[in-house]
Amino acid sequence: MKQRTIADLSNLPTYGFGAQSPMWWGTLAFISLEATGFALAVGTYFYLEFVASGWPIAAPAPDLGAGTLVLILLVASVLPNHLTDRWAKNQELRKTRLGLLLMSIFGLLPLIIRIWEFRALHVSWDQNAYGSILWLLLGLHTFHLLTDLGDTLVLTALMFTRHGRSGRRFSDVSDNAFYWDFVVASWVVLYLVIYIFPRWSA
Amino acid sequence: MSVLKSSPIYDLRDTGLTDSALDRFLTETWKTPSGLYGWLATVDHKIIGRRYIITAFFFFILAGLSAAAMRLQLAVPDNKLIGPDLYNQLFTMHGTTMMFLFAVPIMEAFAVYLVPLMIGTRNIAFPRLNAFSYWVYLLGGLMIWIAFALNSGADAGWFSYVPLAGPEYGIGKRSDFWAQMITFTEVAGLAVAVEIIATVFKQRAPGMTLDRIPIFVWSMLIMAFVVLFAMPAVMMASTMLILDRLVGTQFFNPAEGGDALLWQHLFWFFGHPEVYIIFIPATGFVSAILPTFVRRPMFGHLAIVMSLISIGILSFGLWVHHMFATGLPQMGESFFTASSMMIAIPSGLQIFCWIATIWAGRPIFKTPFLFVLGFIVTFVIGGLTGVMVASVPLDLQVHDTYFVVAHFHYVLVGGAVFPLLGAVHYWYPKVTGRMMSETMGRWTFGLVFIGFNATFFPMHLLGLRGMPRRIYTYPAASEWGTTNLLVSAASLLIIAGLVIFFFNIVLSLFRGESAGSNPWNAPTLEWAMQSPPPPYNFLRIPAVSHREPLWFDGSVLNVVCGLRVDTRELLTSTVADAVPELREPSVRNSIWPFLSALAVGAAFLASIFTPWAVVWGGVPIAIGLIGWFWPKGDPEDKE
Ligand code: HEM
Ligand SMILES: [Cu+2]
Repeated sequence: MKQRTIADLSNLPTYGFGAQSPMWWGTLAFISLEATGFALAVGTYFYLEFVASGWPIAAPAPDLGAGTLVLILLVASVLPNHLTDRWAKNQELRKTRLGLLLMSIFGLLPLIIRIWEFRALHVSWDQNAYGSILWLLLGLHTFHLLTDLGDTLVLTALMFTRHGRSGRRFSDVSDNAFYWDFVVASWVVLYLVIYIFPRWSA
Repeated sequence: MSVLKSSPIYDLRDTGLTDSALDRFLTETWKTPSGLYGWLATVDHKIIGRRYIITAFFFFILAGLSAAAMRLQLAVPDNKLIGPDLYNQLFTMHGTTMMFLFAVPIMEAFAVYLVPLMIGTRNIAFPRLNAFSYWVYLLGGLMIWIAFALNSGADAGWFSYVPLAGPEYGIGKRSDFWAQMITFTEVAGLAVAVEIIATVFKQRAPGMTLDRIPIFVWSMLIMAFVVLFAMPAVMMASTMLILDRLVGTQFFNPAEGGDALLWQHLFWFFGHPEVYIIFIPATGFVSAILPTFVRRPMFGHLAIVMSLISIGILSFGLWVHHMFATGLPQMGESFFTASSMMIAIPSGLQIFCWIATIWAGRPIFKTPFLFVLGFIVTFVIGGLTGVMVASVPLDLQVHDTYFVVAHFHYVLVGGAVFPLLGAVHYWYPKVTGRMMSETMGRWTFGLVFIGFNATFFPMHLLGLRGMPRRIYTYPAASEWGTTNLLVSAASLLIIAGLVIFFFNIVLSLFRGESAGSNPWNAPTLEWAMQSPPPPYNFLRIPAVSHREPLWFDGSVLNVVCGLRVDTRELLTSTVADAVPELREPSVRNSIWPFLSALAVGAAFLASIFTPWAVVWGGVPIAIGLIGWFWPKGDPEDKE
């Protein structure tokens, strides 16, 4: 076909933030499908509670300590997370590096405390269906913590190499911050389900 | 821009280059190198889409052969050819393969190949994820079929109900292979859904506003959304199943607070939408093929898009309704019928628009159009039986009989396979550069259409006379023998039609007439470039001002310029109005998605034998992913 050029787009930028970037939409899509997974797991929890004659089944409600500490840490991490996001959007390399270091720590700490969380459940995964769903919920969230920590660590390393001097990296950092918000938000919901609901319903 | 010095690197743009120089540069930049490495490392959506299509047809043939074996066994009463155990594996492998390894992947595969071409871009979004998804899908399919060859084929039906599939009754590793195959294919399916959504949202050609998106692309977008919200359910379910079987969780064990119905809820939360995941793209094929062969734009474009969206939403609402209405699912089978009822309103609207378009047009009866007509006719008949089964007393009568088998094959084969075969005949010239034989195409259509009706219509009667599904044989006294023989004989017609079809595909590669860029005089952008499309798709990115750009923009294609040609770059635009926003780099070929898929595959497979595989498998997977995402000093990375 014959072609007629009607516009010259040479001056368009080569990276953008938020809804400008396809990666942001990809992240949003992944968040949606993972949120669906969480919702179904939570649905399963309540379904099992519905068919059970008493809840929690054959176990005391989980101890609050470790889970609450994770909650506090995660909620607190929202502040550095958003600062990192802002620094990345302003393309301030030194501050972004700092933010990523902070976020690596904020990613690591809850994972360590999580070990005690599993112990605080007072039920094993194979004891009964209540134990199974509890371990599944906690396992799912732990998996998200792990993958996001991995992503953050790799990004942090990248930012300290010459690859950090690329606009796209800042956009990646911003998308990573977006995903972390999801990890935090999902924990708020799971915390209520795992720790508060058994107390409230008892 | 504090730390970023604008680097004075030399970048080469398309502006001002002659067509032939531009072609040279772009080919160099976008090509897939030859040889094994190139084959494993390519991220070209066309090569991957083609691979996906071929692989899905390969699984279709395997599932078809299982069906042929079943029909052979059922042809006469008291047949001793196939025993009950093998028969269980056969219908399970047939149903599972058709649904998970053929129907859904092939619809997504067409999207992978066509959507970027139709919206005027150079590659799909996240091309490496795309490559990864293909390899994971392939590994999952091979795994379950190799297990079958080793007499470990899944045998609990395509919906794998517990307790039959659970730790107590599911023998050996059969159901574990089934559950992990689900994990493989759903990872792949979800990945492609994410790619389609990002591609359609962000990579449309300038000017392709929401109301100028082709209906086909809408159908794929809506399918992707249904996948996004439906598939996590079956992944969750299969994960629980495998946990119950391997590490002793109690999700489905009533003795320890679990519940067998939980499986059905989770499975059908996915299972209801599943039919639409197959059906929505199929109607997209119809709406793409039809205007071309009646030579006028689709009547009721907006109405069709709206009904597609409502079908997508309804496919979930139906499940809720179903749960409310019955409380307990005897739904397994009747869900096919209930969905065909609910589908009636928006589908009726679509059928009306299709018929009105044909009415107002000047039809040319070529093979793709014949399949579209076959689809419409079948769909109306299928709709009628759907209304029949939807009446509760009749439903209870025919529950778990061949009436149900007949009915859902009308929906799946008539509603999806017919449009699909039409689509293959329609886009084959674009993909290969050659035409398929029209004579053979007509034979294919005739044999498949007649064979299909002769196979599945009598099954309704068998069902009414009480023949249950999933039985490996029946006594002569049942008097089902004659009809069964007829059914089996008729299925030979389908096989004959499909043999001609595959023969046509292979032969036309060598003998087919040269197709040129637009052999059907079709209106959408995928026909704007030569056939097969060059590695970079479009010499210059098109700018769109109509729904049917090739019909209404005259013989000249409006394009934009300013993109780099020395590195992979494409254009992204705003979601609603498709106003150009970024010159977005697109990744180069890489072997890492393949290696990552191998690592993931090995971990999934090993997890069937030891749960620790998930832990150890994490290491190679992490290495694979880091290799995948770590920048290799690409020129576009320096900006
Ligand atoms: C093209 C020729 C086909 C033939 C001759 C055929 C034949 C059969 C037969 C005889 C059964 C019943 C087995 C039994 O209940 O004992 C069956 C089941 C089934 N078929 Fe097909 N089929 C064909 C195509 C398809 C296609 C294209 C799909 C899906 C896209 C499909 C999906 C299924 C499913 C889901 C089942 C249920 C399996 C189960 O009970 O678990 N079939 N098929
Ligand atoms: Cu249902």
